[in-house]
Amino acid sequence: MVIKTIAINTFKEAIRDRVLYNLLIFTLIVIVASVLLGRLTIGQDQRVIKDVGLAAMSLFGILIATFVGTSLVHKEIRKKTIYNIISKPIHRYEFILGKYCGLMLTLIANLIIMTIVLFVVLAIHKALTIDVLSGTGAVVYASLLKAVALIFFELMIVTSIAILFSTISTPTLSIFFTLGVYVIGHLSLDIRQLGVASENTLINGLCSFCYYLLPNLENFNIRAEMVRDIAVSARFMLYAVVYGVLYMTAVLLVSILSMERKEFI
Amino acid sequence: MEEALVVKTENLTKEFKENSLIHRRPVKALDNLNLQIKRGDIFGYLGPNGAGKTTTFKLLLGLISPSSGAAWVLGKPISEIKFKRGVGFLPEQPYFYDYLTSVEFLDFYAQLFRFDKKLRKQKVLNLLKLVGLERAASLQLRKFSRGMLQRIGIAQALINDPELVILDEPLSGLDPIGRKEVRDIILSLKDKGQTVLFSSHILSDVEAICDNIGILMHGKLQCVERLDDCLSHEVELVEVTVSGLDEACNHTITSLGGQIAHSGDKTVIVIHGIDSPDGEAAIARILKAVRESGAKLISIMSRTHSLEDLFVGLDGEAKERECVMHNA
Repeated sequence: MVIKTIAINTFKEAIRDRVLYNLLIFTLIVIVASVLLGRLTIGQDQRVIKDVGLAAMSLFGILIATFVGTSLVHKEIRKKTIYNIISKPIHRYEFILGKYCGLMLTLIANLIIMTIVLFVVLAIHKALTIDVLSGTGAVVYASLLKAVALIFFELMIVTSIAILFSTISTPTLSIFFTLGVYVIGHLSLDIRQLGVASENTLINGLCSFCYYLLPNLENFNIRAEMVRDIAVSARFMLYAVVYGVLYMTAVLLVSILSMERKEFI
Repeated sequence: MEEALVVKTENLTKEFKENSLIHRRPVKALDNLNLQIKRGDIFGYLGPNGAGKTTTFKLLLGLISPSSGAAWVLGKPISEIKFKRGVGFLPEQPYFYDYLTSVEFLDFYAQLFRFDKKLRKQKVLNLLKLVGLERAASLQLRKFSRGMLQRIGIAQALINDPELVILDEPLSGLDPIGRKEVRDIILSLKDKGQTVLFSSHILSDVEAICDNIGILMHGKLQCVERLDDCLSHEVELVEVTVSGLDEACNHTITSLGGQIAHSGDKTVIVIHGIDSPDGEAAIARILKAVRESGAKLISIMSRTHSLEDLFVGLDGEAKERECVMHNA
């Protein structure tokens, strides 16, 4: 119940923040404006709308997860609101989990809004134009939902990393590190291949270390397949989900350990 | 730990490592604190800025960990969290979630104690009434004044009907009416059998409501006394304020043992040692001299040994001891 209480309070704080609304409106404008971009192509409007829409959702989610997540704990310490929480009969892990769940709740709500807008834009565009390459309705939407689901699991990982940095560093450094992990996470395979190609034991070791330690976020990127209507297997989806949940759990455990040792001077 | 004690510490010490380029010298914020607070008391925890008062509260509440020593609150060691069910806390210059309304704010903290919805609603309404904020129930905390924030802070500290209420500088930043309201709340807690531990710089407020006081200086507990014991009721000196006193009378008064200080057109005559027969006779002779000189008597005030005198005296002793230790 305590985790739920803190989660709902975190959600309330986020939805009463104007920055969130500004970002959401901007993202919705980008999704709607993707129709204009689609007009620059020949017969590939729907693909462009899907691609831009998914990219905008992913970017919005990453920005919120990073900028809000990295300040979640630090703001409570700086403003001393944490004194009133920790002095109550709650465990510190309940506080961390509550904060995490609250931010994830915020992200889910925003993803739902953006997904609905994307579907509406696609439906209206399909009704008003003839796009021979767009595929049939139900299949398209089901595939898009898979892509959105994986965006959500990617955000789960990035949010957990942002909260970890929030417990150990300042907001500025935390943003830098979180975005750094996000970028490296999408270059994970390339880094590993670089290590192998270098034929240097030390470099290969470092690259392998980065590959295994940092999250491989390309596991959650199926935009190319969605845009080209290429089917993604259930096995791949299951692997990505399990990987996401396990990685997120490990990072949250480290955050909890960090929080247990923290002194609120 | 005896049931009559709500707080007990044994050699409780907290050191902070001072970061410098060359050394990492530990700074003792709290040095072997041995403190006992009885159930039902209003305990005033006094000390200058940086004495270690807030550090003590943070140690008791688990916000920081002790470097050494032990402490118990409501019979339980501070490493557990169960005792916090019976504790309420208001930090110094508190910050709250300013996007919440009063009702949402109190309800949030009530939920942390796992109260059901019906009980939470009842508690929130009762507490808003207690602290005089019923009309601000739907107002967001960002629109609250300083005094209102302090009152809502006290309300959240009482949400669980705590056995022990810890208030860090609850009277700071309040106007005289606000201070009176908070003092009245504290006294009402004592009437309900609750124990209050609070820190303050405002000695007059401490004198007005405390049963016991503890004075902390430079991390060391200097004394713990019943307030009545440390305030002497014996008159230390008498101050006589007059106007229009002539030069000749000045000399007479000085020869009779009075000390003279001029303040504008007024003259203040200070007479020490009046608890002896000679002292009483001196006052009588001085008053006679004033009357005969034709000066106008404005006021006569007696002064007893106050908490401020004790506080300043202890501070001086503590600084002397530190000076001796430093030179040694």
